[in-house]
Formats: sequence, structure tokens, C-alpha cells
Amino acid sequence: MTPEHNMESSFCCSCSEPETACSCSILQTDSNITIANRIDHILARWGYKRSGHTVRPGLYRLGNPDANSPVFASANYTISFDTLRLNLKGFDAYILVLDTKGINVWCAAGKGTFGTDELVKRIESTGLSHIVSHRKIIVPQLGAPGISAHMVKQRSGFTVEYGPVRAADLPEYMRTGKATSEMRKVSFPIQDRLVLIPIELVHVAIPTIMISIILWLLAGPVAGVAAIAAVVTGTVLFPILLPYLPTQDFSMKGFILGGVCAVPFSAMYAQSADLPEWALAAGAIVPLLIIPAVVAYLGLNFTGSTPYTSRTGVKKEIFRYVPIMAAMTGIGAAIGITLSIFRLAGVI
Amino acid sequence: MFHSYLDNSLKFYKDRCINCKRCTEVCPHRVFSAGKTHVNLVYQALCMECGACALNCPVQAIEVESGVGCAWAMISAALRGRDMDGGECSCGGDAGSCCGMK
Repeated sequence: MTPEHNMESSFCCSCSEPETACSCSILQTDSNITIANRIDHILARWGYKRSGHTVRPGLYRLGNPDANSPVFASANYTISFDTLRLNLKGFDAYILVLDTKGINVWCAAGKGTFGTDELVKRIESTGLSHIVSHRKIIVPQLGAPGISAHMVKQRSGFTVEYGPVRAADLPEYMRTGKATSEMRKVSFPIQDRLVLIPIELVHVAIPTIMISIILWLLAGPVAGVAAIAAVVTGTVLFPILLPYLPTQDFSMKGFILGGVCAVPFSAMYAQSADLPEWALAAGAIVPLLIIPAVVAYLGLNFTGSTPYTSRTGVKKEIFRYVPIMAAMTGIGAAIGITLSIFRLAGVI
Repeated sequence: MFHSYLDNSLKFYKDRCINCKRCTEVCPHRVFSAGKTHVNLVYQALCMECGACALNCPVQAIEVESGVGCAWAMISAALRGRDMDGGECSCGGDAGSCCGMK
């Protein structure tokens, strides 16, 4: 996926990796986001070849930097790298791309691949100290869970300066030399939530379609549509409505949203064929049990995509709500199956 | 009620703090605020246990069991009979993912 960056063959430091003899030469880049880059971003967002959206790790020249130009650290995920170089339009700088296996800064920092060891190694392997006269490297703030600034200083001599959370704030940060408190705060606005929806959908698409077909055949078209509605509610509506859904717990937010989604299906069952009243009531309960449980489960699984749920809290949610979800689904399915058997057997 | 995130593993030992303010810089949720002789832990419940403050604290005045708050990863680990806390976030892999953030 890497666009061919022009190699600057005139420079090569004392590289110690024989197989990648040119990993230490400086690559050239610019601030232009091409159509190919945009297509790559869309494919990445849809989960196509998840680990394939990589940029070659190493040192890049952005524009025409000299020995005094700033150095920015980035991940070798195309969207991370492209967002950085786009926002540095008009600046002459160096970009030090760490090998994060094609994963963004934040997630890679959590795993430790965007980490102290890799940063120190890249500083050394690119010969950065011979290229710039200063000893400062600007690291995105969201890389901090993987980087120990004082260890980097001790091991490489370079001072880590944490830049703003969002690359879009870089021009102002460069102008003022300071990240404001607002720039240091992570937010999760609608546009950031929307871009995550495709991958959420892709994950559940195949099982959902299969379950929907099975339900359609066994329990009728309404059940088939209900399955798709539940999954779309959990993977599309849930992220969109996240901040507006009541309570703090993702599972509870999901139960509430799923409950709303279940109402029309419940109503449809309540007034369907000419069945005895108890059977209609039982049928109407099934979507009210299963749909909220499914949406709550999908909602709970969205925790990993957000920038604010702690592991302790998520674990608490799992123990608190997953048994309830399982029980609701189990009871709902049991009622549904019993009703189907009664119907097939001619009892009702 | 329905708030599982009030408590977490973040611990701050203010007597060790040398007031370098690194934690106020790296925390994306303003959990720490600057003070005269030491920083203050002001919003414990907002901590997401990313571990940036503890890793960047030069005097170990902060402790936190860092990890990714990802239900998908923890449930997958539990289903495979592995330690929930050991199961790392699998974002990036082709097999599946919990997070897709930038």
C-alpha cells in the first residue's frame, strides 16, 4: 500500500541491517493525499487486509528540512502517517516512522509496539543524531502509553516532547510551541464514531446474514428482519447515539436502545395470526428479551473502540451484564422454540 | 447505578511526586491537575488505565494496572480459557478487532 516515495540515495548511514540495506536512507514525502491514499484509507476503514495498510518504517523528509527542523514520530499505519503529513502542510520537517506493524499510534502504544524500545532503535538505526543538530522529538500524545519519555532521554539523548492529541492541532502547536489543555484532551465526536461503523458491520455481517436466513426459514420473515434490525441497531445506531444514551454502562445503554428497537417487533407478534391470547403474549415477549440482549452485547463490545473505558470498568460490566444477556437470550429462544413446536404440532 | 467506571486501579503517591507535571501532559482525560508542590489526582473516575502517566512518571509516584478496556478481547480470552487480563487487544489482526481508532 505504500506509495513509492522517492529514495534519496545520496545518504546512507552506517546501517547494521544487511537485508534492509536502505532502511537507513532518508525517504522523501510530501503533504499531498492522493486518490490512491484515499482509496487505501477507505479499504482500511472497511477492514480490507487489516494489517496491510503500512508505510515503510524509517526517516522521512517532509518538504525541505535542515539540521534545525523538527522531528515528528509516527506509526507505520497509512492513516496515521498520512494524517500527520497532511497536517504538516507547509512545514519542513522530519518524520520518524516506527514499525508498529501497520497499527495506529494509540493502539500500538497500548500494545507497546509504538514504544520506548522501538523509538530508541529507530533513532539509532536512522542515524538521527547525525541528521539534526537538536535533540528533540515530537511524539503524539496518544503514543504516551507506550513511551517512557525519561527512558528515551536516558537511552538516546533525545528529549521527548508530547504533541497534541489530534494532528489537526499541530500547526497551532508549532506556532505557539505549546499544546493547550484542550489539545491534550481526547474526545470522541460523531465523525470519529462514524468512521468506526464499517469495521463493526464487517465483523458481524456474515453470522448475521446466516442467522437471519435461518430465523426467516424457521420462524418467518419478521424474525429474519428482527435479527438484522438488532445487529444494525447495535453496530450502527449504538455508536452514533452513544453519548445520548442514558447511563454510563455500555451494556445498559444497549439494553435501553435494544428495548426501543424491540417494540415494533413485539407489537407485530402481539397482533399477528389468530392464535390464543397467551401464545400472542408469549410471542410478543420473545423480541423484548432477545433484541435488547443482542444490542447490549454489541454495545459492550464497542468499549474497545472508545477512548475512555478502563479495563477495570469493562471487566465489571462483563461480570455484571453478560450473564443477564445470556439468560435473556436463552429464555427468549426457549419461548420462541416452544411456540414454534406447539404451532407445528397443531397444539395452537 | 449502572456506572461500572467509578473505580479503577489508578494509585497516586503524592509524597513521591516531584511536580514535573508530565502526567498532566500525557493524560488524555485531565485526571491530574497541576499543583504548587505536587500534582493532584482530580478525576479518578475518568481514568481509562492507559498507563501513560505511570510510564512517564520518573519517580514512580503513579501506579496503574494498564490495559485496554476492550470487552471483545476480554470475552474472547475468557472463552478460550485464557486469562482475561492477559488477553491483549487484538486490533490490527485480520481475524477480528476491537478497536479501529486512528
